[in-house]
Amino acid sequence: MRLTGVATLVTAVCFGWAAEAAEVAPDQVKFEDNMVAASLTDAPGNPEEGVKVFVNRGLGNCLACHVVKSLSKEQFHGNVAPALDGAASRWKMEELRAIVADSKKVFGEQTVMPGFYSLEIGDNVRKDLVGKPILTAQQVEDVVAYLATLKE
Amino acid sequence: MKRIVLAALAAVAAMSGSAFTAAADPVDDKLVIDDKEMIIRAPAPEGHPFEEVMSGWLFREAETRATEADSFANPGMLAVEQGEEIWNTVEGSAGKSCASCHNDAAESMKSAGASFPKWDPDSKKPINVELQIDKCRVKNMGAEPYKFDAPEQVALTTYIKHQSLGQPVKLDLASGEMQSWFDKGKDNYYNRTGQLNFSCSSCHEASMGKYIRADHLSQGQANGFPTYRFNTGGMVSLHNRFRGCIRDTRAEMPKAFSDELMALEVYVTWRGTGLSVETPAVRQ
Ligand code: HEC
Ligand code: HEC
Repeated sequence: MRLTGVATLVTAVCFGWAAEAAEVAPDQVKFEDNMVAASLTDAPGNPEEGVKVFVNRGLGNCLACHVVKSLSKEQFHGNVAPALDGAASRWKMEELRAIVADSKKVFGEQTVMPGFYSLEIGDNVRKDLVGKPILTAQQVEDVVAYLATLKE
Repeated sequence: MKRIVLAALAAVAAMSGSAFTAAADPVDDKLVIDDKEMIIRAPAPEGHPFEEVMSGWLFREAETRATEADSFANPGMLAVEQGEEIWNTVEGSAGKSCASCHNDAAESMKSAGASFPKWDPDSKKPINVELQIDKCRVKNMGAEPYKFDAPEQVALTTYIKHQSLGQPVKLDLASGEMQSWFDKGKDNYYNRTGQLNFSCSSCHEASMGKYIRADHLSQGQANGFPTYRFNTGGMVSLHNRFRGCIRDTRAEMPKAFSDELMALEVYVTWRGTGLSVETPAVRQ
């Protein structure tokens, strides 16, 4: 027991996870009534980090599909999906967490929105990405914190 | 209940968002190349998810469209010229060129571009123009097959397909086992791949006409291939495009001319039934 604890700690420190050691694994996230009630980490989400993840093409790339008016300085907002202005007035924090973690649990299998913290994904995943969600637990929390600022 | 509210919300939100993106509809315009009017909209064949099939040309920017409409400006015509040279060049141990057997391509290849992939009884598989070229090279010319996307392969394919410019795409699904390859291709088309979990239909059916970031999503038609792309400043073969789209789902890319991509070519080509061959089309 002791040993495992130490090993985890050492791993965590080595990979720089120390601050977010209590992380819910992607396949352990609990969806209930279109919500994920509990935070995926024990560090609070940071909206300033969240907006970076949101616009980054290699991370959230949320603008690929969604328009956000207050981000109009960013080029090329897609319109595959509804605009996210006012999203926080339409959805509770816990619902936003569920949508970002695995939108299919909220919108149904047909949605084109990727599950950003899910391992229930497509076939033939690129080898170096197998077993990895698109975003980390902390990045999801940061994005959710950012979405929570989008009030009408 | 939640679903209905969601849909209504989405509709309102989508409308309020439209000011931020360019107009999302395909243009209403005519495409005339070398005095021939192209069929760029056609009634969809039975069993098709759309009512109308549309050329990718309709979804591109004005300059891109103008470049395709003008054969002198279209850089893809360079590949047609290179292809013509290869057509007439003797290669291999049999001392033959394509022209030795097929003479004038303008006559002999007139409808080839509009009817491939076809059933190939020898390999018991569908065969496309690239593989037919290889088959001729090996069997009739005593030459090596081309490597995938060798410039000669792309140029010769472009030249051959260009002979069918304007002809409507029509496949013979009744021959051999084409139907079962079509079915397999259809499964592949709707199968979600990669970490992003998209199928072809996520982009080219469910989101057709919308913008995904800066890209105006077309129906993903095959009738213009090989196409000239401004982005890369060169020709792009159909299997190269397929592989690129699959890579963008963050999946492993299937091999060019693999059974998987041949089935996809049969199905995707059928989805463009009735559209003119536009090779070499111009894309951004
Ligand atoms: C490939 C397209 C795509 C991407 C990328 C995408 N979404 Fe979505 N999203 C959708 C679609 C489509 C819907 C609407 C639900 C539906 O119809 O399936 C949606 C709905 C939502 C909603 C609810 C919208 C509302 O107010 O009703 C939120 C919130 C959301 N997305 C957040 C995000 C965030 C955050 C990201 C990036 C981390 C993201 N989305 C990336 C396609 C996408
Ligand atoms: C993530 C989005 C996405 C997915 C998934 C996707 N594509 Fe595409 N595809 C694009 C974009 C963007 C373009 C360039 C703009 C256009 O023509 O739509 C394109 C272009 C094409 C074209 C060229 C169309 C033309 O007129 O030049 C073909 C053919 C095509 N896709 C086929 C496919 C097939 C087959 C699949 C599935 C194996 C697929 N695509 C999956 C985004 C996608």
